[in-house]
Amino acid sequence: MPDLSFVFAQSLSGLTAAMFLFLIASGLSLIFGVLRVLNFAHGTFYMLGAYSAYQIVQWLGTGPVSFWVAALGAATSVALLGGIVERFLFQRLYGKEELYQLLFTYALVLVLGDAAKIIWGTQQKSLSRPPGLTGALSLFGATIPYYNLFIILLGPAIALGFWFALQRTRAGRFIRAAALDRETLGALGVNVNALYTGVFVLASFLGGLGGALITPMRAIVPGMDTEVIVEAFVVVVIGGLGSFWGTFLGALIYGQVLSFGILFFPRFSIFSIFALMAAVLIIRPWGLLGKPLK
Amino acid sequence: MINKIPWALVVLVAAFFVPAAGSRYYTFLANDVVIWALFATSLNLLVGYTGLVSFGHAAYFGIGAYATGILMKKMGVSFLLAFPAAGVLAGLFALLFGFFCVRLTRIYFAMLTLAFAQIVWAICFKWNEVTGGEQGMPEIPYPDFGWLERVAAWLPFVGGYRTSEYFYFLTLLLVAGCLWLLRRVVGSPFGRMLTTIRENPERAEFIGVNVRRYELAAFVVAGAFAGLAGGLFGIFNRGVFPDFAYWTKSSEVLIMTLLGGMATFIGPALGALALIWLNQQIVSYTQYWPLILGTILIVLLFVFPGGIAGAVESAVRRLRRRRQVA
Repeated sequence: MPDLSFVFAQSLSGLTAAMFLFLIASGLSLIFGVLRVLNFAHGTFYMLGAYSAYQIVQWLGTGPVSFWVAALGAATSVALLGGIVERFLFQRLYGKEELYQLLFTYALVLVLGDAAKIIWGTQQKSLSRPPGLTGALSLFGATIPYYNLFIILLGPAIALGFWFALQRTRAGRFIRAAALDRETLGALGVNVNALYTGVFVLASFLGGLGGALITPMRAIVPGMDTEVIVEAFVVVVIGGLGSFWGTFLGALIYGQVLSFGILFFPRFSIFSIFALMAAVLIIRPWGLLGKPLK
Repeated sequence: MINKIPWALVVLVAAFFVPAAGSRYYTFLANDVVIWALFATSLNLLVGYTGLVSFGHAAYFGIGAYATGILMKKMGVSFLLAFPAAGVLAGLFALLFGFFCVRLTRIYFAMLTLAFAQIVWAICFKWNEVTGGEQGMPEIPYPDFGWLERVAAWLPFVGGYRTSEYFYFLTLLLVAGCLWLLRRVVGSPFGRMLTTIRENPERAEFIGVNVRRYELAAFVVAGAFAGLAGGLFGIFNRGVFPDFAYWTKSSEVLIMTLLGGMATFIGPALGALALIWLNQQIVSYTQYWPLILGTILIVLLFVFPGGIAGAVESAVRRLRRRRQVA
């Protein structure tokens, strides 16, 4: 019988991982839901978010708010980059074969990944936790850093805000409509191209924010992009591509499987996650909460 | 006139003279190209001919490589048996994974192939006792060429090569044989049916074709030949490593296929040649090869979606039309 406080700590660490993944995977899922493209470059946007946050903190110095300014600034610049890429390149590939769209996003992975290496070198970088969140909380015999707690709370907050925006605002209605039937939406006089750009910008923002916020927990290194994209990918596939709550559920499952998988099969936790993904795809190709493609 | 020359034979004969030119490095490159050409051509059976975009083709390449590596290094099995075993094993895995994959379409198909490939990668990466884990398996032995050397000593012009060069000759012959077989597959009624399925799966279904079964067959054939390519690559590389099955390898071979042109049989082989040649040109100037590769890919997607073969074909067609007008 494992120690209960240990199980509690383990599930919290899984939850932290889950909320990070949700932040990243929600952008991936949004792009797929509306644009029907699996954006391989989403992980690269996440990496650029991390590097940009690092860069901004270097400029600002370590003040009480510099981390938060850096995080928002990084997410905004990544969002801007996403908008430019979508507007001037990606938009020209709509209506072409899926393979071309897929490979274009992969080309971005190569180009932007190398660009980051040119700008920031290959040395590992890191940021410390923002002042005010450096301590840790003792709960049921487990120690949880405040920063992890913040992430655990931020995840649902963003999820709710996101859900509210999708359900209750005009833009949200258009996004949901575009996911269902873009031709009709265009015929109704909605500027679908602008909407797509908006979705891409929003998704890039989320990816960049995820990257910026992970800097106190993980090292910033080249290659963090290809690693995270596969993780985010598993999350959206398990949850259901394009399904909002599905992504949330997928992230929760992933976090716990990873966290407890390490306990029970220390060497095969990666394997258990891919096996879970394959099982879901075999039984429900559109994921747990997704809907089949027409 | 041009059409009457047996180009495949000309290329094969020319390739045999690469080691004779004396540069060890060019023999090495040629060997690399030949193996990747087989890998890319096998993928094209799926992507180009059947219209199935696989994002996990490296799985079968990796399985073939590990099969040959384990058989030859750990069990001392001769190459003569290990090589076909690589194809058979990769084909069996392709049958197992493909059974599930072909039930899905389009993007879901691509994702499930990727998922299975990642499973293969994770196993290779972690199963230390069998695969060597993260460190992989170095020092895969070359096949035994002793008898060949003794024979070659009696013949003029062919004696005095190194083991790596004998391996190159062997690769050349085996890949030529594989490509010939694949060419036969593509030209057969089976291959025509694959093209029909690519063009219009609903219609194929309607006229009574079991589309899933044909797709699965294509998947198995493609996987088996990728496995053979992997088996050669492990020996060529003097070791087998988990990144053989990693998803970035799958995208590399997809880029080769696209670069050469998916619409033709020789396109992917041309793509392999072009990409490897380009790589060796560029890495001597800059370490930022991915940046160049990505830029090439973007230009390709926007300007030459048909790849090299497609561009050449349309240029030839334009030339012919001009001649007819004149």
